[in-house]
Amino acid sequence: MSVIRHLRSGLSALLHGEQSDRDVDDEVRHFLEQSTAAHQARGLSPDQARRAATLELGNVTVVRERVRSSGWEHLLEAAAADARYAIRRLRTNPAFTFAAVLTLALGIGASTTVFSAISPILIEPLPFPRADRLVTIDDRTDAGTAMPPTLGTYYELQARNHSFDALAAADAWRPSLTSNVDPEQLHGQRVTASYFGVLGVSPIVGRGFTADEDRPGGPNVVVLGDGLWRRRFGGDRSIVGHVVQLDGDDYTVVGIMPPTFANVVAPSAELWSPMRERATGEFDSRAWGHHYQIIGRLAPTATIASASSEIAQIGRVGDAAYPRPPWAKFERGLLVRSMKEEVTSAVRPALYAIIGAVLLLLGIAAVNVTNLLLARGAQRRPELAMRIALGAGGGRLVRQMLTESLVLAACGGVFGLAIADVGVRLFVAWSPPGLPRADAIGLDWRVFAFALALTAIIGVAVGLVPALTALHTDAAGSLQHGTRRSTSGRVAGRSALVVAEVSLALVLLVSAGLLVRSVRRLVSVPPGFDPSNVVTMQVVLAGHAFHSDTARLRSWNQIIDAVRQVPGVVSVGTTSQLPLSGDVDGYGYEWQSLPTTTGGNDGSALRYAVSPGYFAAMRIPLRAGRLIDATDRPGAPEAILVNESLARRLFGDRNPIGERVRFGGQMGGDQWDYVVGVVADVRQYSLAVPAPDAFYVATGQWAWVDNVATLVARTSGDAAAAVPSIKRAVWSVDATAPIQRIATMDSFIAASAGQRRLALAAIETFALAALLLAAVGLYGVISGGVTERLREIGIRTALGATPGEILRQVVGRGVALTILGALIGLGGSAVATRLLASMLFSVSRTDPVTYAGVVGLLTAVAIAAAWLPARRAAGVDPTIALRAE
Amino acid sequence: MADAIAGDAGNTDVIQGTLDMLILKTLSLEPLHGFGIARRIEQISRGVFKVNPGSLLVALQRLERAGWLDAEWRDSPNSRRARYYKLTRTGRRQLDVETADWKRRAGAVARLLATDS
Repeated sequence: MSVIRHLRSGLSALLHGEQSDRDVDDEVRHFLEQSTAAHQARGLSPDQARRAATLELGNVTVVRERVRSSGWEHLLEAAAADARYAIRRLRTNPAFTFAAVLTLALGIGASTTVFSAISPILIEPLPFPRADRLVTIDDRTDAGTAMPPTLGTYYELQARNHSFDALAAADAWRPSLTSNVDPEQLHGQRVTASYFGVLGVSPIVGRGFTADEDRPGGPNVVVLGDGLWRRRFGGDRSIVGHVVQLDGDDYTVVGIMPPTFANVVAPSAELWSPMRERATGEFDSRAWGHHYQIIGRLAPTATIASASSEIAQIGRVGDAAYPRPPWAKFERGLLVRSMKEEVTSAVRPALYAIIGAVLLLLGIAAVNVTNLLLARGAQRRPELAMRIALGAGGGRLVRQMLTESLVLAACGGVFGLAIADVGVRLFVAWSPPGLPRADAIGLDWRVFAFALALTAIIGVAVGLVPALTALHTDAAGSLQHGTRRSTSGRVAGRSALVVAEVSLALVLLVSAGLLVRSVRRLVSVPPGFDPSNVVTMQVVLAGHAFHSDTARLRSWNQIIDAVRQVPGVVSVGTTSQLPLSGDVDGYGYEWQSLPTTTGGNDGSALRYAVSPGYFAAMRIPLRAGRLIDATDRPGAPEAILVNESLARRLFGDRNPIGERVRFGGQMGGDQWDYVVGVVADVRQYSLAVPAPDAFYVATGQWAWVDNVATLVARTSGDAAAAVPSIKRAVWSVDATAPIQRIATMDSFIAASAGQRRLALAAIETFALAALLLAAVGLYGVISGGVTERLREIGIRTALGATPGEILRQVVGRGVALTILGALIGLGGSAVATRLLASMLFSVSRTDPVTYAGVVGLLTAVAIAAAWLPARRAAGVDPTIALRAE
Repeated sequence: MADAIAGDAGNTDVIQGTLDMLILKTLSLEPLHGFGIARRIEQISRGVFKVNPGSLLVALQRLERAGWLDAEWRDSPNSRRARYYKLTRTGRRQLDVETADWKRRAGAVARLLATDS
């Protein structure tokens, strides 16, 4: 009841502000009149009566204010008045307002950008029901790193585990859509029937796969992704039940996935068909290759740790019903990782580094604005002193100054969102290919909420120190002395802020510097081949015409011959996997002269099935023996090249030429291959990862002839310019062959540093912004110091100090502040660069060149920032400076 | 003149926390405007209590919002419009509560003083 009355009368006071003011006015006046009348009645003269009444009542204005401010609505009114006053004040000083708003917009914009980029990757759960129960399961190499598991491992786990509600396996599938007008090779997956169930997403139209469809010889059925369905089938629901042509075969469409289905473990996949494969004791089959993905949904009682130990137990104790080849024994267990962690693990270090960087930048921005507010506070001292003398309460003044900084922050927030809008686009553009959840990055309500909260926090943070400083203004002192004396304390405070700013900027600059040097070192790592003037494209032999090894080998040879005729092409070859492209195809091996338990054989030795021209096209140097040549054809003794590090590790100084070896499915058989040569190491995974074991075999001498290979052509001039004629040459052999992943080797080299480049681009931007802000902060403090000490400078000049001395002194002060900040920043860098450690490449965290360069840069900037005020100080005319007092 | 302003020697401010009760009690007799209330409290207390006008006006607004008083503008005899306050029913109940409370406390204080002397 009384709450409602409070609300109602408060609201009516708000709504009828003038009326309510007049009412209070009238009441007070009436009181005064009555009181005067009463005094008069007691015999005083009208004048005396009035004075007496006024004395009793006290200050009429104060009484009126007391009555007015007793209701709750007063707080709102005061806030609105504060805001109006703040805006008015900010408008009278556009330079200050511009600097402060711009600085805040930079800080808030950068943070909001980073937040919106990391939110879907690090914060939000994966877009699946109970996504925290989802895991990925990988085989492990001897080094403990992850390696794709085999399908055999999946079937054994599926039969023997008790830790999972369900497991599923998937394999990359690159069918060519041949039923429509434009042949197109698609990204898809062959999946076990359990796949969609494990992820917890069902087709929106139709159904998923049945167990009966997922068996050898099962029917050709396919589920379409939303994007493919809309792009190629016009979003027509009636396609379900109809037939589409893939690789020349008829596939019945049984379902369509919802548009929200984001398949994070295979983001590019847009159609699925059943696996239809079994792993048997026949190890010489696809199913025993390391190229599958296994995902699982943990049972309610299981954890990742318990599932891992159960799998390790299964690995240790084999089961005769599930034979394993030597390269898929998983006796040391498998890698079970949270799906989210696995998907984001590669990009995590870069993102953490970026978060750290943006927090530093935000800190610098906040310090800078605090500094600006303090400088302004100094100018406003007489005004504040006057207001305190007139009876303004301390709390009232603090509230009003906080309102001012909140208004600033709000403006900064608005512009910051605009910056974030651009920044998010830049981030996505800079992001390395394969950045998880890149499609989910954007400005949404979470981002707005974040920006709002950040703005409010910043508003209070930057306003608090100046407001409290203002509160401690000694009213009498300030009124008496004006602004020119006893300034040393305040200057010291602002200098401390500048020192803090410089130290934060140093941390950012050092981080950026270390990353620049890392990326520079990384891209100059010799990759083992010569990337200049080399263009590559993946060619697919699709359809019935290529069902035999002979037909495929013939086509590859014809394609190579055709491309060799292209003008400008110097040399050309094919390879089953291309360095730095993301291709991975590993096998186990055994040597006749070495024990079968030879270390280092974990099934990850890379197989390159190549044509003779490949080595010339890539300029991979031969170290010993001979290269693969035209004599290495089917039926001839099988010739093998190994890479240098494999040869050195297994044979030391011994010549490996003539050693007998067999790989993959041949293992345990009765035939041996012969090592005929040793070639240089080539980096396959990334420039940062040393070359793994690798062997080369002629295309026609491997157990099968691949239907997908990468064509590598070295040209005499610009490699990219030759692409159209090379494509025509390929199509002159097979007019329907899809050609994809057209890229120069130079671009793969650049992409290999992708994660670092992303972090570098972000941190570099932030570091430059930080440098700018620090310079502005420094300028502000030095310039303010000169203004406040004009008199002192004037006296010194009058006493004979030369302009040069004054100049040196002011600049020296700026440099001293910078050096102090740099020293503190060095300590901070020691901690901060630990965050960066995994991003660095052959550059020490304490790289002296970087540190020296950054300190030098900061000092130069400090001198530049101090120069203008120093010139002003040196030009001071003592008579004017002294008269101004 | 000094007399006229300061009143007699026994003049004090209203006891802390009792202003609400005094206002309610004063208005339980008849509706009054602000100055009327102040004067009535001084008169009835024989000049012992002197009401601070600022506190009085703030208290009146508070009591009105609490629903214990109703206020209306009337033309006062000497022309300017005046705000008259009167007790509501809940105000009367509140007066009873505060009176009982005051008596309890005053009695306690009186007993304490009696034992002391």
